[in-house]
Amino acid sequence: MTSPPPVLGVRDLGFAYRRGPAVLSDVSFEVTAGRGLALVGESGAGKTTLVRLMLGLLRPRTGQVLLDGLPLRGRMRALRHAVQPVFQDPYSSLDPRLRVDRIVGEPLRSLGVARGAAATAMVEEALRSVGLPADAARRYPHEFSGGQRQRIAIARAIAASPRVLLADEPVSALDTATRVRLLDLLAELRESRRLTVVLVSHDLAVVAALCEETVVLDRGRVVERGATAEVLGSPRHPCTRRLVAAAPRLPRALNPP
Amino acid sequence: MSLLEAGNLTVRTADGRELLRDLSFRLARGDRLGLIGESGAGKSLTVLAIVGLLPAGMTASGRVLLDGEPILGAPEWVLNTVRGRRVAVVFQDPLAALDPLMRVGAQVAEPLRRHRGLRGAAARRAALEALTEVRLGDPERIARSYPHEISGGQRQRVAMAMALACEPSFLIADEPTAALDGTVQAEMLALLERLVAARGMGLLFVGHDLAVVARVSRRILVLERGRAVEEGEVGDVLRAPSHPHTRDLVSAARRLHGALERMLP
Repeated sequence: MTSPPPVLGVRDLGFAYRRGPAVLSDVSFEVTAGRGLALVGESGAGKTTLVRLMLGLLRPRTGQVLLDGLPLRGRMRALRHAVQPVFQDPYSSLDPRLRVDRIVGEPLRSLGVARGAAATAMVEEALRSVGLPADAARRYPHEFSGGQRQRIAIARAIAASPRVLLADEPVSALDTATRVRLLDLLAELRESRRLTVVLVSHDLAVVAALCEETVVLDRGRVVERGATAEVLGSPRHPCTRRLVAAAPRLPRALNPP
Repeated sequence: MSLLEAGNLTVRTADGRELLRDLSFRLARGDRLGLIGESGAGKSLTVLAIVGLLPAGMTASGRVLLDGEPILGAPEWVLNTVRGRRVAVVFQDPLAALDPLMRVGAQVAEPLRRHRGLRGAAARRAALEALTEVRLGDPERIARSYPHEISGGQRQRVAMAMALACEPSFLIADEPTAALDGTVQAEMLALLERLVAARGMGLLFVGHDLAVVARVSRRILVLERGRAVEEGEVGDVLRAPSHPHTRDLVSAARRLHGALERMLP
């Protein structure tokens, strides 16, 4: 029996903004269903550009993005069904003029997944899975805290039951306790909904908590990749070493013996 | 005498709600105090109350003494000689502290002009020195740049250069590295530690990340919903937190860092 193709991948990907220098060169990796993958790197490494390419918002200069092993071009609907994003800033990523049920139900409408009572039920179920009360549906984003807004963004992302959650720094705007609760939520959704998490982050604590695989980007190139425990535990490339050395650590007194 | 002393500092909204209640602490020259708490605990409000920059409608009561001199409720002209000159603040978002229409060099020179009366070439030279001291590579180019032309990490260094230009005795850093990525954050914290130690300044470091706050502080003060719930030496508080809220903060941080700590040597 052959194993299914990786759910998402990029092959020999290269990109440059108009008349600019190369932002990404020869980037290749695969996302295996069920194995969370983290993209890490310093500011300017090309992480956000890579996310835009994987969401089909930018077109690669060279190489391609693969969905289920096939080139992405012309398959945007399939991509939206399979991959949904969660962005960093819970204050700007939700339309303030829309009620929460409209926001969360948007992918259901635009993808033609469900309408009417069926859609309402799916929105309620998505809100329940992220731990928000049912009456959240009738309220507006400004009535919620940063952590709750990020839950709304996650509810929106999972409403149409995608296979992959592509999260760009999903918790970095939140304080520690809220971060921990959201990481717990993401870990739980991964299990209960068989979601594969692709995480972009510079926070190695979050990477270690959520992802089995790690890809390290440095100035637009993949410099190291493999199992997260391996890459972070015994970093080989200088860039990875820098990232690991810079990670804020708790004083020894706090570490479990 | 303490460098800074806050006594029963209370902040109320116009309709009388108390956002900060009876906060008291002291900070000596060379001391480093970390103020930690969750979003909404009153950390930034404490900072704004100390420097007299509370939003309209909020009022502060109690006392704040700088070198024994009361500054809470002092007239604006007194506060203007305090802010930037004796007390400097670095905020989380450096863009908010920088004028987008003004070259960086001119902005760093501005407090030097206002507080130290430097003009022309002397002001330019002092501004370049300030930019060099925060370890900005090619300070001449940075001085000629506008804020949008430099990176986030460079902007935060510029904000720090501005804050330190007049050699204040007391520095307040309000989540100065929260918006920066890992390596830039580590560099900024190292720079902050070095400058505070070299100049013997007092430091009030505000943050929500225990790993970051514990790194730069000697003592920490834990805030919960506008009240101080615990204060002590960093090591003591972290080893044996006595208040339930501190215990929650410590266990959340331990959980957040747990997976990474198990992987790292």
